[in-house]
Amino acid sequence: MRDNLIKYILGIADNSLILGQRLGELCGHGPNLETDIALTNISLDLLGQTRNYYQYIARLSGNNKTEDDIAFMRSEREYINVLLVEQPNDHFGYVIARQFYYDVFHYLLMQNLQNSSDETLAAIAKKGIKEVSYHLRFSSDWIKRLGDGTKESHQKIQEAIDDRWVYTNELFMKTEADELLINEGVGVNVLDFKEAYYQKVSQVLEEATLTVPDEKYYQKGGKEGIHSEHMGYILAELQYMQKSYPNLKW
Amino acid sequence: MSNKEIKNLEEIFNQRIARDEKIEPKDWMPEKYRKTHIRQISQHAHSEIVGMLPEGNWITRAPSLRRKVALLAKVQDEGGHGLYLYSAAETLGISREEMYEQLHTGKAKYSSIFNYPAVTWADMGAIGWLVDGAAIINQVALTTTSFGPYARAMVRICKEESFHQRQGFEILLSLCKGSEEQKAMAQDSLNRWWWPSLMMFGPKDEESPNTEQSMKWKLKRKSNDELRQQFVNQTVPQAKILGISIPDPDLKWNEEKQSYDFGKIDWDEFWQVVKGHGPCNKERMTARVGAWNQGTWVRDAAVAYAEKQANKNLNKAV
Repeated sequence: MRDNLIKYILGIADNSLILGQRLGELCGHGPNLETDIALTNISLDLLGQTRNYYQYIARLSGNNKTEDDIAFMRSEREYINVLLVEQPNDHFGYVIARQFYYDVFHYLLMQNLQNSSDETLAAIAKKGIKEVSYHLRFSSDWIKRLGDGTKESHQKIQEAIDDRWVYTNELFMKTEADELLINEGVGVNVLDFKEAYYQKVSQVLEEATLTVPDEKYYQKGGKEGIHSEHMGYILAELQYMQKSYPNLKW
Repeated sequence: MSNKEIKNLEEIFNQRIARDEKIEPKDWMPEKYRKTHIRQISQHAHSEIVGMLPEGNWITRAPSLRRKVALLAKVQDEGGHGLYLYSAAETLGISREEMYEQLHTGKAKYSSIFNYPAVTWADMGAIGWLVDGAAIINQVALTTTSFGPYARAMVRICKEESFHQRQGFEILLSLCKGSEEQKAMAQDSLNRWWWPSLMMFGPKDEESPNTEQSMKWKLKRKSNDELRQQFVNQTVPQAKILGISIPDPDLKWNEEKQSYDFGKIDWDEFWQVVKGHGPCNKERMTARVGAWNQGTWVRDAAVAYAEKQANKNLNKAV
């Protein structure tokens, strides 16, 4: 049970870590100061949530494990974030498309996780939902601005929405740990809100004058620890200090 | 306006400065006062946003989650400082776009310290401790400057900067209490950042052309050399607490002056970096201009969208 709970939490927390890390790459390079500050805020929220989850995992694991052991000392195959969050920033349209696809999911997940029978997870979700509802507002607003802005922005955000679409289905693939924890009343059954997810996504895209992609072939693998080729580079940066100077305090 | 009338206004203006009254954006002010303030405040704002780059370089590689979050928050604060300073400069009749243009074409300067590379994690400590430490000394003096919006921005900025300085010191303290390798990393970082930090106070007094006028306008309260000395006196005991050595063989306590004597600054290096030939001047500008140019389509979209929404609302109202 404990191992499955840890795996279940990692399935949520790793998404926050990797997306927070990706957004951290942008700090100081945004299209204007206001957007730069807002994206950094989102990164800060996600990394704050990551710490809450990892501290909980560290407690469950015992053996003096710390949040940093969990964040930095695993092999690539042991990270179980979805492929969506590890996709590169490319241009601002890609940043927003990735964020939007994740935020809609994250919001619905937090909404449900608040009712978890695990008090710690429910508490993290209660705090997190306030942050995530801001993220969702930010990314939805930018989808609309870019979609219904200029011809160029419309084309760029449509391109990003199309390219990242193939990663959305993985959000709804249940792992073995999910199944077990749903039965315990701890985990959230993501299939319960799959329809609501695609409805919300379509509604915002339509409002933004964008076309909802109809691609039916999706990508998966992250939840099993089989990542895209980007992941190794993300971890090379993330783990650089801990791997170069093991067992030190910073 | 006749020359006589201008002279009268100038007289009233000078009296207000002498009485330590704040000058507000809508008040009459000599053209040179306005221009000097635009130059200094925008230069200060540019320093904040260029200053995001060397530290931004370490966000993805910070050694722990706690440090990563603290560093992100710090760099974000700098972006916030940039915002209030640009807003303070805008009250003097210049737009943010014009200021960016001046930065991107090299017409406007920013603090030269950010043209040095941040090559190790210890540099995140040294930048906080020394660079923010030096900045605070300059900025505390500005909290009582005569131009109201600048003085008020400074009060807020100083509070955050002193937090950053403590955070930087604490990063180095952890290294100095750590392994030999970590301590060596801290020492190496102090070796590289010490002299550039002393240069942050600008040229020697006798070579600082704007000082006299700026003192009259209370835009400056102390001279470059006085502030530099204050920084040395304040920082040397802190290095002792850390247990690392300041890279200056001539540094020694002067009992008579009740202050530290220190070695000669390499002014050739100072001028080389100011003139655009420091280790990272080109990289910093490429990053800033690149971010701005790559963001053009995004800013254009936001404007176009806002206009469409305004038209829709107008049509609804009609």
